[in-house]
Amino acid sequence: MGLAKRIIPCLDVDQGRVVKGVQFVDIRDAGDPVEVARRYNEAGADEITFLDITASHEGRDTTLHTVEKMASQVFIPLTVGGGVRTLEDIRNLLNAGADKVSINSAAVHDPAFVQAAADRFGSQCIVVAIDAKKVSAESESNRWEIFTHGGRKATGIDAIGWARRMTEYGAGEILLTSMDRDGTRNGFDIALTRAISEAVPVPVIASGGVGNLQHLVDGVLQGGADAVLAASIFHFGEYSVREAKEYMISAGIEMRL
Amino acid sequence: MSETIAVIDYGMGNLHSVSKALEKVAGDQKIVVTGDPAAVVAADRVVFPGVGAIRDCIAVLRERELDQAILEVAASGRPLLGICVGMQAMMSHSEENEGVDCLGIFPGVVRRFPEQVDEFGNRLKVPHMGWNQVRQSSHPMWQNIPDHGRFYFVHSYHVTDLPEEQVAGGCEYGLHFAAAAARGNIFAVQFHPEKSAAHGLILLDNFLRWQPGAA
Repeated sequence: MGLAKRIIPCLDVDQGRVVKGVQFVDIRDAGDPVEVARRYNEAGADEITFLDITASHEGRDTTLHTVEKMASQVFIPLTVGGGVRTLEDIRNLLNAGADKVSINSAAVHDPAFVQAAADRFGSQCIVVAIDAKKVSAESESNRWEIFTHGGRKATGIDAIGWARRMTEYGAGEILLTSMDRDGTRNGFDIALTRAISEAVPVPVIASGGVGNLQHLVDGVLQGGADAVLAASIFHFGEYSVREAKEYMISAGIEMRL
Repeated sequence: MSETIAVIDYGMGNLHSVSKALEKVAGDQKIVVTGDPAAVVAADRVVFPGVGAIRDCIAVLRERELDQAILEVAASGRPLLGICVGMQAMMSHSEENEGVDCLGIFPGVVRRFPEQVDEFGNRLKVPHMGWNQVRQSSHPMWQNIPDHGRFYFVHSYHVTDLPEEQVAGGCEYGLHFAAAAARGNIFAVQFHPEKSAAHGLILLDNFLRWQPGAA
């Protein structure tokens, strides 16, 4: 008995609507993030991550309203990421009912922002999202760099050093996405996950590439991840959260049922 | 007349989750989020939530004279529930922030999780974050919740040195620590019931119906 590994479904939300499609078999409006989050809560998800891809200012207010509605109906932890740039953004999201906020590009532009955020709100609610891509050749030893703008823009920053630095600045958790694997359904980048997980003292969420349940097991047992994040395998009803958990338990992983 | 439940607001954290979860189970009881010591003392039941660093927490409580209000409620016999840093603040002392004297409602001491490895040689991560099992001692607050049921934790410090009879729930994370403390009309939990799905809502419901004087 002890701490369970976590399964975290991720919702991409634009102006208050889930995009990229969520096609539960028997859900009326798959676009309503509150309804989708409720479904995941009932299905046994351990947390929900809400990725706000809204660009406009007006859309942000919609987002806060959605977070508020979600927080009054879903009683599991809620992480909100996307476009978090200022301490005020963080305060607004926490006040709306987010439990954690995920910081990505703003950390790369101004690493001290993470420090200020952790000092102000506590490490427990500051997640740093890292989008990493392998930059070493096959013949070389593994090396990954941080990319921004959805993986299009290289920064030249070494991913492992960056993850360490972010935790020294007060990040309480790392959300690690492999840009090489994201959307491929070929499984997590295990070497990357393992390298980051061993490098930092805080929990690591593996993300990017899940195509089947064995990938979730590999992320935990081989990658050393504390939590696994997935979208499409759950959204399209391919697997239920319960099935995923039972599969992981049969592989010897401690889960909450 | 229906009861009033005060959720203590000292300007530190997200009280939305706690008040929304209480509203979900409250029935006709009225949930009031307040930073007014008089309103806290006047309430029928009091919830003392907490996030963030202990030094700031205690400093703000003292500045707003909420420390006295909490001690008064603790002595009054009315039900008082501490959550997370709220539980830690009820202890005698915390090692966080180079050492902070707390409210002393319980004699426990708050310490950081040491660096540890699990049985596979992996480093145990701090914060202790996620769903862990709580071993219950007999207490009405656990009614309808299975023993060893899971709750959501997120913390880097834990309560130690609590007398055995005040430990209402135990948890393992590399070491044993007190996940819940109880004494008379006071119950305190290290985990977040407002984020612990069904088990958490049952616990909050139990708190709203708890009659500490009754057997």
